[in-house]
Amino acid sequence: MPAVSKGDGMRGLAVFISDIRNCKSKEAEIKRINKELANIRSKFKGDKALDGYSKKKYVCKLLFIFLLGHDIDFGHMEAVNLLSSNRYTEKQIGYLFISVLVNSNSELIRLINNAIKNDLASRNPTFMGLALHCIANVGSREMAEAFAGEIPKILVAGDTMDSVKQSAALCLLRLYRASPDLVPMGDWTSRVVHLLNDQHLGVVTAATSLITTLAQKNPEEFKTSVSLAVSRLSRIVTSASTDLQDYTYYFVPAPWLSVKLLRLLQCYPPPEDPAVRGRLTECLETILNKAQEPPKSKKVQHSNAKNAVLFEAISLIIHHDSEPNLLVRACNQLGQFLQHRETNLRYLALESMCTLASSEFSHEAVKTHIDTVINALKTERDVSVRQRAVDLLYAMCDRSNAQQIVAEMLSYLETADYSIREEIVLKVAILAEKYAVDYTWYVDTILNLIRIAGDYVSEEVWYRVIQIVINRDDVQGYAAKTVFEALQAPACHENLVKVGGYILGEFGNLIAGDPRSSPLIQFDLLHSKFHLCSVPTRALLLSTYIKFVNLFPEVKTTIQDVLRSDSQLKNADVELQQRAVEYLRLSSVASTDILATVLEEMPPFPERESSILAKLKKKKGPSTVTDLEEAKRERSVDVNGAPEPAPASASAASTPSPSADLLGLGAAPPAPTGPPPSAGGLLVDVFSDSASAVAPLAPGSEDNFARFVCKNNGVLFENQLLQIGLKSEFRQNLGRMFIFYGNKTSTQFLNFTPTLICADDLQANLNLQTKPVDPTVDGGAQVQQVVNIECVSDFTEAPVLNIQFRYGGTFQNVSVKLPITLNKFFQPTEMASQDFFQRWKQLSNPQQEVQSIFKAKHPMDTEITKAKLLLGRSSDLGQHSLKKLILTLQTLWALASSTPKPPRLDACCVWSRICKLRCTGSRCAQARTLFPRGYVTYCRSSFNPMQAVGLCVLFPCVSATLGDHTAHSTMEHLSTCTSSLGPGRGWDTKGLLTGTTAGLPVQGGPGSMKSRQPVVQSTN
Amino acid sequence: MAMQFMLLFSRQGKLRLQKWYVPLSDKEKKKITRELVQTVLARKPKMCSFLEWRDLKIVYKRYASLYFCCAIEDQDNELITLEIIHRYVELLDKYFGSVCELDIIFNFEKAYFILDEFLLGGEVQETSKKNVLKAIEQADLLQENRIRITARVSMGGLRKNLY
Repeated sequence: MPAVSKGDGMRGLAVFISDIRNCKSKEAEIKRINKELANIRSKFKGDKALDGYSKKKYVCKLLFIFLLGHDIDFGHMEAVNLLSSNRYTEKQIGYLFISVLVNSNSELIRLINNAIKNDLASRNPTFMGLALHCIANVGSREMAEAFAGEIPKILVAGDTMDSVKQSAALCLLRLYRASPDLVPMGDWTSRVVHLLNDQHLGVVTAATSLITTLAQKNPEEFKTSVSLAVSRLSRIVTSASTDLQDYTYYFVPAPWLSVKLLRLLQCYPPPEDPAVRGRLTECLETILNKAQEPPKSKKVQHSNAKNAVLFEAISLIIHHDSEPNLLVRACNQLGQFLQHRETNLRYLALESMCTLASSEFSHEAVKTHIDTVINALKTERDVSVRQRAVDLLYAMCDRSNAQQIVAEMLSYLETADYSIREEIVLKVAILAEKYAVDYTWYVDTILNLIRIAGDYVSEEVWYRVIQIVINRDDVQGYAAKTVFEALQAPACHENLVKVGGYILGEFGNLIAGDPRSSPLIQFDLLHSKFHLCSVPTRALLLSTYIKFVNLFPEVKTTIQDVLRSDSQLKNADVELQQRAVEYLRLSSVASTDILATVLEEMPPFPERESSILAKLKKKKGPSTVTDLEEAKRERSVDVNGAPEPAPASASAASTPSPSADLLGLGAAPPAPTGPPPSAGGLLVDVFSDSASAVAPLAPGSEDNFARFVCKNNGVLFENQLLQIGLKSEFRQNLGRMFIFYGNKTSTQFLNFTPTLICADDLQANLNLQTKPVDPTVDGGAQVQQVVNIECVSDFTEAPVLNIQFRYGGTFQNVSVKLPITLNKFFQPTEMASQDFFQRWKQLSNPQQEVQSIFKAKHPMDTEITKAKLLLGRSSDLGQHSLKKLILTLQTLWALASSTPKPPRLDACCVWSRICKLRCTGSRCAQARTLFPRGYVTYCRSSFNPMQAVGLCVLFPCVSATLGDHTAHSTMEHLSTCTSSLGPGRGWDTKGLLTGTTAGLPVQGGPGSMKSRQPVVQSTN
Repeated sequence: MAMQFMLLFSRQGKLRLQKWYVPLSDKEKKKITRELVQTVLARKPKMCSFLEWRDLKIVYKRYASLYFCCAIEDQDNELITLEIIHRYVELLDKYFGSVCELDIIFNFEKAYFILDEFLLGGEVQETSKKNVLKAIEQADLLQENRIRITARVSMGGLRKNLY
């Protein structure tokens, strides 16, 4: 190699770099850099025009400083000047600077684009190359706008040099990735496909990348590429190792191109044309055969390149999933790699096999390697390889080997790396559940899991074991016995205490016959752990105790003593204290019948996707849970012994469709009640998604936002400069919003650009369309922007309106949340009470309930509350409060109707706590125990005497939600309320329900209410 | 094969070259760099060259005092990426003549130019060593004002016999 010009003569740069390297400390370095920056700045500002060389040198120094990690805020203009230099190296440095320090400053971009345009038109291939590299490196939208039309022409023009074609292809690819909408498809596409046939392998290599990406999005348009790619591939794999000259890499012919072609073929199903298909199969066989040949070189590069092609071929075979013969060969090949001395190959083989395991053709073949994989788990020194082994074991697990795999995973867990423990725990829990034939094995496994890695057993896991034990009668006795035994250990994990407490509370009676596990012994055992546990566990144990009171009357007094002790009754923790008070009271006032009803055994849990699986999915992304559907199917049969309940929509089919959306209720809570957390998440999204920085939400905008939840017009934001007003209208799923930007100053706003930003997940649910506004806003003027809104699906977060503009030379950046909330799209519906209750019963998921308790902001004013109730347009009241309300109604009813003297205070107390998250995985489960669904229906038929009570409850509940009143307020106001509250109006939560007769068990006219007033008083 | 970025850093964790093929803020770039340098430097020599990181795959290899570290997407081919690194090292080596870390420090712009000829937009543009070097040499021939660096000796004589 001749000593070409390295450093190309920038002596000053070399000196500067050595100076920096000689700096002994960070401070010295910064000092040297600042000195240099000052020098460069003065040179740039100086009167004397700099020559090209000096400019290049200084720009290069700036670049070096930037790459060291320092900020550079000048020199851009000089770099742009270099672009129009005729000297290649100056141009080159200019382009490099621009590529590294892109700036969205619009004026500069225009200049840069101009320079690029000139170079593209210069017909000088080296200049064209530089320009194309710069576009590909920056890849911004502005560049796409300017050049996306031009580059395809360069790419397919007959007289373009090969090297320029290569750059053009990849440049277009970059633009297409960044702004697909700006790259027009057209005549050029078919000519691009034919580049696969090009003489020049470099051109084919670059073009294949472009075609692959385009084909992923427009498969139809690029279908012809399949046969071309197959024939190209075939020519490569059959060529002798020297045929391709410089494209042969360590005796492997064109490995990069081969890999790319195989990738391209993975965009399509197996070719339909039998000739093409045959040729492809031949290629794949050749690649597999070559793997068996002795290596042509001992260099690792040879084997890497060869195996890169091999692994890509295997990916294609797995993708097609249609040739059992190839799949099995692939599996055998990977099997060999499992024991290869190269760690890299072992890693990749484990990874690839994971996907093979999900193919029906090769699942069995993968299973034959189980011992090797287990061995890898035990002996691999690299944790990332062991991780792959765990993944593969998980993927190859089925009924036949589940016990072995779970046992191996459990034993690995004892020594596993901390970073992967939680994931292994989840995997073990899922496999144990999915493949349990014998549920005693399942219970043993989970208890083992808690014993070995209790800290990593998340809530989902132990919730799930409880759900399963409750749903399966045959395992309950065993579970009770096993947890009882496990609890005997002197030190057991708190999670075990939770599971044990819960299970004994439910099924302790099943083992109480044995004198070794008599009620008192059970209680003493649990209580011996009590003081070592955290508050949530203690709370759970208190619930267990009250269940014991029902199960074992003989320990009632012991338990009451415990509850009555100061450490419970006066516990500093309010939850514990309250539970103790409530339970103590419940145990003393309630008759055995009531106790038996209230503390009845948990009903079976509704079958739904395992919470653990959901968690693993979240952890690992969707790819690893390919067997989800299968898992679901198996579980619904195994655990419940019955198919899953019919989906909600089936029974609701009779009602008109808009209501189906409203009450079908996805998991999303109604937007207006959505608390600030959503705002936090939104901000993060905003920052990570948009290239230009967006200001944090303006202070105070949150308040304004809340104001718009119930109204459509008004002022959204105001500061000294700018006022933003809104006018909006909504109809069904559509809306239109007029945004008025008022310039409060006398100076022009320049570059005024409002942008609507939807977080990722919002984009799919909410369509916003708008036109850009005039970038100049004159002093005192107002401009208007129309936003068309379409609600596609339910959503929780609101879009953000970001406004950037220049005011007197300073840059302003304001962000406000745009008040588009779900409730704007609510529509009222009417339904018969029968339909209502059908729907009501389907609302049983924990996430469909919510409760919040807060201090009242204002004293209670009956008149206002009444007005609010009657107006009934408060959309704060959602489905959740409704359900809570009905539960409360049931409580009161249960207590009022079965005790001779209704304990009103207790009722209130129970009511206030009833929906609160208790110890189970399911919030509503416990509430349901207290009030089986039958009550609701029963209430309805026999409710007349209870109407007024219903309203008693309705009132504080409603007012609490409105923020006027706390829950424990007296009922004095109620009589006035009940008398004035008309039917059919009191409960209209903007479309959730129209008319109380539709949903609530409060019926009858005002007359009948009045006549029932004495009932209220009698319950007082 | 969409590479997301490529980082070159020394055993001491000093970043020598960074090439980003996806738009990221400077802050994010610094964070990623810090995190990856730490992760990769902590790994032992015999460990495998691939690791999962966020939703990307990291492929790295050490050459003398320098680590070459690439981030690729989930479906991308790890082994061919390893050879991308090797081919780039070969190109540097051929161009500089037995390349060392100092060459990359003092001629960082050249390292970028070579990379641009080889990889563009995160994709392999030209795999032929001859063609890449031809492009760079042509560029070198175009330059005027060639000034020989006499300072090389004063830089401590780390590179000998080049001129």
